[in-house]
Amino acid sequence: MVNPKTVKILKFHPEKCDGQLGCEKACSNVHFKSDEGGEKSAIRIIKDGNSYKMHVCDHRGLCIDMCPVGALKRKKNGIVWLDKNTCIGCQACVGFCPIGAMRKSDERIEPFKCISCGACVRACPNGALELVEIEIDKIKEIVYHNLGVK
Amino acid sequence: MGKGQIPTEEYETRNTKHKWDYKKIKQAHRIVFKYSFKKGKVERGYANRTLYINLSSKEIKEKKVTEEMKDKFTGGRGFGLKLLWDSIKPTTRWNSDENELIITTGPLCGTTQYPGSGKSLCLTVSPSTDIICDSNVGGFVGPYLKFAGFDAIEIQGKAKHDVVILIDGEKGKVLIETAPLEETNTHQLNEQLTKMYASEDTDNSRQKVSVVSSGKGAENSYWGCLNFSFYDIRRKVPRVKQAGRGGLGTVLRDKKIKAIVVKVEKVSGISNNPADPETLAKIGTKLHREIRDLDRYQCNMRAVGTAHLVEIMDEYDLLPTENYRFGSFPKASKIYSPEFYKHFTKIIPDGCWHGCTMACSKTVDGFTVMTGPYKGQKVTVDGPEYETVGCGSNMSIWDPLWILEFNFYCDTYGLDTISTGTAIAFYMEMYEYGILNKGRCDNLELCFGNYEAVLELLHRIARGDNGEFIKVASKGIRRVKDWLIKKDWGDKDLIEDCGMESKGLEYSEYVTKESLAMQGGYGLTLKGPQHDEAWLIFMDMVNNAIPTFKDKAEALHYFPMWRTWFGLNGLCKLPWNDIEPANNAETDDPTKVPEHVQNYVDYQKAMTGKKITKEDLILQSERCYNFQRAMNVWMGRGRRKDDWIPYRSMGPVTKMEYISRKDRYDKYITEKIGISEKDIEKMNINEKMKLLYDFRQDQYQKLADAVYYRRGWTPNGVPTPQKMKQLGMNDSKMLKILQDEIDKDEKAGLNVWGGKYKKGEELPSIHPNYWKKW
Repeated sequence: MVNPKTVKILKFHPEKCDGQLGCEKACSNVHFKSDEGGEKSAIRIIKDGNSYKMHVCDHRGLCIDMCPVGALKRKKNGIVWLDKNTCIGCQACVGFCPIGAMRKSDERIEPFKCISCGACVRACPNGALELVEIEIDKIKEIVYHNLGVK
Repeated sequence: MGKGQIPTEEYETRNTKHKWDYKKIKQAHRIVFKYSFKKGKVERGYANRTLYINLSSKEIKEKKVTEEMKDKFTGGRGFGLKLLWDSIKPTTRWNSDENELIITTGPLCGTTQYPGSGKSLCLTVSPSTDIICDSNVGGFVGPYLKFAGFDAIEIQGKAKHDVVILIDGEKGKVLIETAPLEETNTHQLNEQLTKMYASEDTDNSRQKVSVVSSGKGAENSYWGCLNFSFYDIRRKVPRVKQAGRGGLGTVLRDKKIKAIVVKVEKVSGISNNPADPETLAKIGTKLHREIRDLDRYQCNMRAVGTAHLVEIMDEYDLLPTENYRFGSFPKASKIYSPEFYKHFTKIIPDGCWHGCTMACSKTVDGFTVMTGPYKGQKVTVDGPEYETVGCGSNMSIWDPLWILEFNFYCDTYGLDTISTGTAIAFYMEMYEYGILNKGRCDNLELCFGNYEAVLELLHRIARGDNGEFIKVASKGIRRVKDWLIKKDWGDKDLIEDCGMESKGLEYSEYVTKESLAMQGGYGLTLKGPQHDEAWLIFMDMVNNAIPTFKDKAEALHYFPMWRTWFGLNGLCKLPWNDIEPANNAETDDPTKVPEHVQNYVDYQKAMTGKKITKEDLILQSERCYNFQRAMNVWMGRGRRKDDWIPYRSMGPVTKMEYISRKDRYDKYITEKIGISEKDIEKMNINEKMKLLYDFRQDQYQKLADAVYYRRGWTPNGVPTPQKMKQLGMNDSKMLKILQDEIDKDEKAGLNVWGGKYKKGEELPSIHPNYWKKW
């Protein structure tokens, strides 16, 4: 198996964001066929003073080593993918994600996450979001099992 | 394996690869009898039926779980007690045809969201104690059994030839098949069965098979454990957890069961059909985050598992060394957890059930076996856990590799490391005193630290060696004590005081000499001296938080009840207090971990949909706890005399022990017994030891008085019919038995307090028949 070298992740340009949350609605449509956004969206735009912040998975892949059934994998295109048919809904990845980007909706027991599909990018009328390609080795993180204080 | 983010297919254990002729093994199977069942749905944590198999009469049937059974016995160990009560006699012994081996689950068992939710509870009449022994164990069997359709499996009778019992939740079938060609020892048998019974040749499919097995050691000893497997998709081996205590594996092999295989079609996050899955996910995630943020500052379970305790116990003089003579040792740092961390495989989710992020099931992969039938092979060793390392120090083995070797062979031979290690430590002490010697030990030089002799003893037991010593040694300390005394090879008191068993079961690995409450935690128990009922050493000895008998009795009421609750529900105790919320120390009652207690209230509520308070949790336990004690009484082992503990667990048996901690004991005699320092100077060591002996024995009896009173038992330790009724346990047969036994005690003058109370000292109650007035 050839391990992927790069992955596309989201980049946010807050100065272009108007806070209309079209991205969240597009995202919840991908995951739950719903226009609600919010809790059902893998990307969240949060008001931060006069500006906005983006909160979304950055594909560092720490969760991969957490999954007891191998439902989390790095796909050929480099993204960290949760196979919900294999997932047993334990929430270990939700609890251990260092930035809280693995999400859980009341809709179903299995969590969901950003798959870099670009729906949010396309949904933004102002071009505040873009997908950028980066090297996996530069972002990859492994902090599982440390003896003593990290 | 130091790297992370490796695709599961690419992991490698470096273990020796086996090639078996599976076709031939399968062809040798013959179906002895079978049964088809309708696949059911688990509702709010219950499958609502249990499975009964009789290997003698070849009968299989389903039993309904009634609402009343759920209300009174909750599940898990409670269900096991109820099933045994309906099936055995007071005269039933471990090898009686009517004895049962029971595996139960519990309503919360199989939840994936909350860490530590995959425990099975196993019960049987124990060969060591002649009463019921309950043992909890991880692995996938419990959850799978329930998802296949049963809250418990109950196996009575004995097969004629070695059989495998298959519970196939995929096809709705129970098959009892002869299995003549499979290996018996766990690590090989599990590999064979997991591969043979998986529906497809994939790791995901193998992960849906779980096996209960034991080994050759279990056939030839009273220390047989049950190994419960959980297939690891990364290591590609079925790993095992043990229901260790009380000889359950011995009963398995006595019934000629080679293995029980449980298979499921599918596991999901809501296989239990909880009433409120959102709440489960919320409280589970909260605990995952606590573990993520705090474990490395607290117990470090995720890195080294329970072995983190070794250095703590050594520091506080609690690590049993040379058969509990000492609690610390200069060489102990050689077996501290960092020494094992070096060998553990990292970066794998080491939970024994899905979703347990405590992940304490550590493993050494590619370990090269040094002795015995598998010498030279590379294997996966599950552990060592703290207790197994403690066995190492108890036998004075200070080499991590030899502890791993001991661990591996105990597991694969189906031997409980605790009983085996504690017993051998006792034999070694007897060897040191010349009560045993090479001739008497069938040519084994069983001196402290001789790891080769220890392994040789295990191999001989597994081979079924007929040597007189091997035969009796494999039955445990109690039988060896009787044997040594009968042979008149040593002083009876010394033998009785040194051998660490109570009720016939070997102690687990903590030194309790300086903690009276913990002596009670081992002695005033149902199945025998195991730390799963109460662990009060720090509270009592280090923090001095429970100074009076009344305080200690309260702790010996609350904690055994609280810990029993985990066993009723199919849970592991570790996520309760081996991880604590950051602000726990500032709460009203830090030792109870109030926030986590509330988690469990919410958890059971979210599963069953019933309204529950934290007091209800204790009530659920109290019902079952008293029921089990009542069954002990019924079987002739539930009175004060049966709560006897050896003096080694209370104080220094030998001069060497006294001298090694002279300042401590001298100070104790001054402060607690009231002898002035001047007078102590004049006393010789024998006088001081006698003084200490009498005082501490009396303290233990006074503790028993206080505890029996708090638990609502007679002064002779019998649960009263009044108490049982108060708890809602109204089984008329049981109430009558208890009344009769209490009347017998009354006639024999046994309903009296055991302590010698001086003027001004408070009795638990001035009415020895206090319970009648309820």
